[in-house]
Amino acid sequence: MNRPLELPVPRPAAWRTFRVRPPGIRFGIYFILVVGALISILPFAYMVTSSLKSYGSVITNNLWPWWPFGNEPLQWHNYVEAVEHTGWDRQWGTWLMVRYFANSLIVSGAIVGGVVVTSALAAYALAQLELPGRELIFLLVLATLMVPGELVLVPKVVMMFNFGWYNTYLALTVPFTVSVFGIFLLRQHFLQIPRELFDAARIDGAGHLQYLLWVVLPLSRPALVVIAVLNFIWAWDAFQWPLLVTRDPSMRVLAVGLQQFMVGEGGVNTHLLMAFATMMVAPIIVLYFVAQRAFTEGFLSSGIKR
Amino acid sequence: MFGRKKGAGVLPKGPAGRRLREYLLGYALLAPALVLLAVFEFFPLFYGLYISLCNWRLGCAEFVGAENYVRAFRDPQMWQALLTTATYSLMSVPVQLGLGLFFAYLLFQRVRGRELFRLVFFLPYVTSTVASAAVWSYLYNPDRGLINTVLGALGLPQPRWLAEPTGVFALVARAFGAELPPWAHGPSLALVAVFIYTTWVFVGYDVTVFLAGLSNIPAELYDAARVDGAGGWALFRHITVPLLSPTTFFLSIITVIGTFKAFNHIYVMTMGGPGTATTTASIYIFRQLYEFNRYGYSAALSFVLFSAILVLTILQNRFAGRRVIYE
Repeated sequence: MNRPLELPVPRPAAWRTFRVRPPGIRFGIYFILVVGALISILPFAYMVTSSLKSYGSVITNNLWPWWPFGNEPLQWHNYVEAVEHTGWDRQWGTWLMVRYFANSLIVSGAIVGGVVVTSALAAYALAQLELPGRELIFLLVLATLMVPGELVLVPKVVMMFNFGWYNTYLALTVPFTVSVFGIFLLRQHFLQIPRELFDAARIDGAGHLQYLLWVVLPLSRPALVVIAVLNFIWAWDAFQWPLLVTRDPSMRVLAVGLQQFMVGEGGVNTHLLMAFATMMVAPIIVLYFVAQRAFTEGFLSSGIKR
Repeated sequence: MFGRKKGAGVLPKGPAGRRLREYLLGYALLAPALVLLAVFEFFPLFYGLYISLCNWRLGCAEFVGAENYVRAFRDPQMWQALLTTATYSLMSVPVQLGLGLFFAYLLFQRVRGRELFRLVFFLPYVTSTVASAAVWSYLYNPDRGLINTVLGALGLPQPRWLAEPTGVFALVARAFGAELPPWAHGPSLALVAVFIYTTWVFVGYDVTVFLAGLSNIPAELYDAARVDGAGGWALFRHITVPLLSPTTFFLSIITVIGTFKAFNHIYVMTMGGPGTATTTASIYIFRQLYEFNRYGYSAALSFVLFSAILVLTILQNRFAGRRVIYE
């Protein structure tokens, strides 16, 4: 369900609180919260620690084989081995893992760029220009939110064959370079920009496009960050579509590469698989803690539960 | 700061010409987004319907009318997949929403580090499903996974988790030496294991949405009720729960739809197995498409699945929607 829902993001300052409780109950509350937080983090901790252990320590579930409880060194070379285990890509003359990373970056970057451009242009026309049929067009755009992705999956795959896009970057990117959520969010932001600003820019000799580029977009930075971050995450995590429209190992994105590694020879090498998973997740976790407000706002207001 | 505007070209000058230029510019700016939406959202809807009416081999080899749909309704595996999906849904909604509300309510108390807790709870939701599902399938490993190692150390039984197609009630009964009739076996342990993973992923999202809902409830209501002598439970039962009902309703619909769409993590963890224990509708459709190249049939199945979601959402609206209280 992709209905844009305008939910307010919880802000610490705005949170009211209930009265202070007796120490026993307060301790209980903290205890449960800490347990919940540990459960949220443990699988990641397992992933990172396992990626730095020898195979033997992983399968015997030796939780801390390093100093001071054991004498194993940190196995950084697991990361090198994980890369080597993916195999060789002749086309680029590099390891396939490098290819997976490059593909994920190319695809996610192209999707984010495409979405930002198409959304900004459309939102500007819908918010700032006097157009006949503007409202109708906006309703039509919103109506596409009612088209469920599962329903159009099969025809879209067939279309990729028809276009000759199968197994190319075009299939991985172009269908996702438009976002109704992006158009909607930017339109809401653009509507709040006073008309006087445009008149002022006009006196300075600016046309619509210059005004959009130099005034409107800089003013809408928070919304642009939300759109960019959200689409980056979705593109980075995309799995089903890349699996359906690519064939060659050299066209795999990280998610597909990881799953193939798991069902292939990487599957028995738990420590290498964990190194692979860590490499895939690390950029997202860094991004999350850097831009966490954009995450919360984006995921809440897009109303999408994967 | 700006360059001078270039000459107007062929369009007439004056106010009328300017308006015309603005129209043209507006449609030109809308064009990329509208073309992409038309090609990748609207058109496939009708194209999919067409494909579903065909015996499709690179093209419509033979127009077979409703045959794919008739086949879908007679396909016991399709019904099995829908049943599995419904079971998965039925487990997910109460548990995920219950836990989400529970943690949101705790976080809403006067606690330190609230924002940090919320960030950490949200973490599983934002990280890649494929990667975390891969990690979980190793945690679940029956022989050397972390979960069973811990259970073994505690002297508890070590179930086979994702590899166990037997129903959970049957497993519990067997542990006590009883044998249940097949209809009472309950959901397979493999499906329950998938569901535990999904709960881990989504509770943080539900917490965040519930927190937004909680901070929307006017503080005066609580104050007024307290003056009337209401205690903690009465406040929760008579103010929080009813006024939170729009949020709860929204989350329950989103969760049902999410379970019907669920694909990535199930495919990574079990590929629908063991047997068909975790073959939900979306996995079944994917396999018809990916493994057997049955385009027409999988397109028809997509429409059947979509109808199921639609009916469920309408029913939810009918029955739960009536109980939603808006301020």
